[in-house]
Amino acid sequence: MSATVVVAGASMAGLRAAEQLRAAGWDGPVTVIGDEPHMPYNRPPLSKEVLAGKAPFESLAFRPRASVRDVEWRLGTRIVAADLDARHVELADGERLPYAGLVVATGMRPRRLRCPGPLTGRHTVRTLADAQGLHADLSRPGARVVVVGGGFIGCEVAATALGLGAAEVTVVDPMPLPMVGPLGELLARALLRRHEERGVRFALGTGVTAFEGGDRVTGVVLSDGRVLPADVVVESVGSLANTEWLDGNGLDLTDGVLTDEHLRAGGRPDVVAVGDVARFPNARYDGVPRRVEHWSIPTDTAKHAAVTLTAHLNGTGGTGREPFAPLPTFWSDQHDFRLQSFGAPALGLDDVRVLHGDEDGDLLVGYHTDGLLVGVIALGGQSAVMGAARYRAQLLKQPALSAAPALSAAPALSAAPDVAAVPALPVLTGQGAPE
Amino acid sequence: MKVVVDMNKCQDHGQCVFASPDVFSFDDAGRLAYVAEPDDALRDEVEEAADVCPLQAIRIEG
Repeated sequence: MSATVVVAGASMAGLRAAEQLRAAGWDGPVTVIGDEPHMPYNRPPLSKEVLAGKAPFESLAFRPRASVRDVEWRLGTRIVAADLDARHVELADGERLPYAGLVVATGMRPRRLRCPGPLTGRHTVRTLADAQGLHADLSRPGARVVVVGGGFIGCEVAATALGLGAAEVTVVDPMPLPMVGPLGELLARALLRRHEERGVRFALGTGVTAFEGGDRVTGVVLSDGRVLPADVVVESVGSLANTEWLDGNGLDLTDGVLTDEHLRAGGRPDVVAVGDVARFPNARYDGVPRRVEHWSIPTDTAKHAAVTLTAHLNGTGGTGREPFAPLPTFWSDQHDFRLQSFGAPALGLDDVRVLHGDEDGDLLVGYHTDGLLVGVIALGGQSAVMGAARYRAQLLKQPALSAAPALSAAPALSAAPDVAAVPALPVLTGQGAPE
Repeated sequence: MKVVVDMNKCQDHGQCVFASPDVFSFDDAGRLAYVAEPDDALRDEVEEAADVCPLQAIRIEG
């Protein structure tokens, strides 16, 4: 019987899982498997510094802790299947790797638009290769850029493209405002204005039905009939969980991997999920399991899940621990301003109050449930961010929200971090579902 | 233990200040200040500060 922990996924969540296994007292072998050829790297700069051509790979690579020097990295390797009863994963070349413990950290991939038209000139931003390819395309002089999807990535890419000298940048989104899901109307309106003042155009309340062009995209056909000329298209329309390799094991893979309050999947003590693929209940809020695509989540989940798994493997129990209850946080840098969030604003979108400032300057907004502050978001410069930070301690101390039917129907908390994609948008295409 | 922050990378997110307030702080101008050689007893929280830095600008030596 194997005594190895297999970590499926070699991005930030996989690295943090390996490090936290060591910190939790797991001294046995660890093998991390990832399909990208690179050691784990930091993704937020992909839509900004890397896209702008200012950051080489070396500046993105994480510095793994000394404790994981003996970890085996199998990069450029895909896992295609798993048998959780037999305790092994299967690689693309047919090799089977047995495990004593499995960490699911396979993350997300971008959704693609499935509408008629050429593929060349259309991009997503998830990997280093994606960002480098898009940078090369954006560097065409006088490029006209259409960004489909006005979420985190879309708004950041639009700002970066404009900074690179694109002749025209237009963001298309079926919602009436950019980032309205995670921000709510008030802040999304302020965001829209700031983008427009800096030269980004918006086509809102409309989807995309087709792409024009022969070998290469030349235009984007909108569902309202307009055609936007385009040399470069960026699709930032959300993401899909990489869980197909877990099919057939009785897990709930509806949207990522459903876990319990200690990040165990399918009631199995030897399988945990971490990062943005994990759909976990947060005891701090209403206990409704959600995926959370914030940058802070891989580290938070790895820390908790590593203790869960190590306690099982070392036979030290681990029951009676406090359930997982992270305080979500996200940021987004666009143009010359930053959005900074603490808590769960998406749970308080029905009661949004300006806590400080106004729409013209630094703006700090509070989100409430039953009169209780559940999240804050700042928009502006450093002083706005510091203002939001002052509410962090209060948000940490707040009593847990009780489960309530109204909250169960609340928008997904997976408001998305930075580079890790936006929540599923309403169907953008008139023809067929996205992949 | 020695702490080095690449101030060319630092963008004042402040996550390190939450993780390790004994070592990291903001000065009056809102810029990051830190203890360069903190006590080894603080290693866990300094490691956490390094983990949560969005720019990965914090390096721990020794």
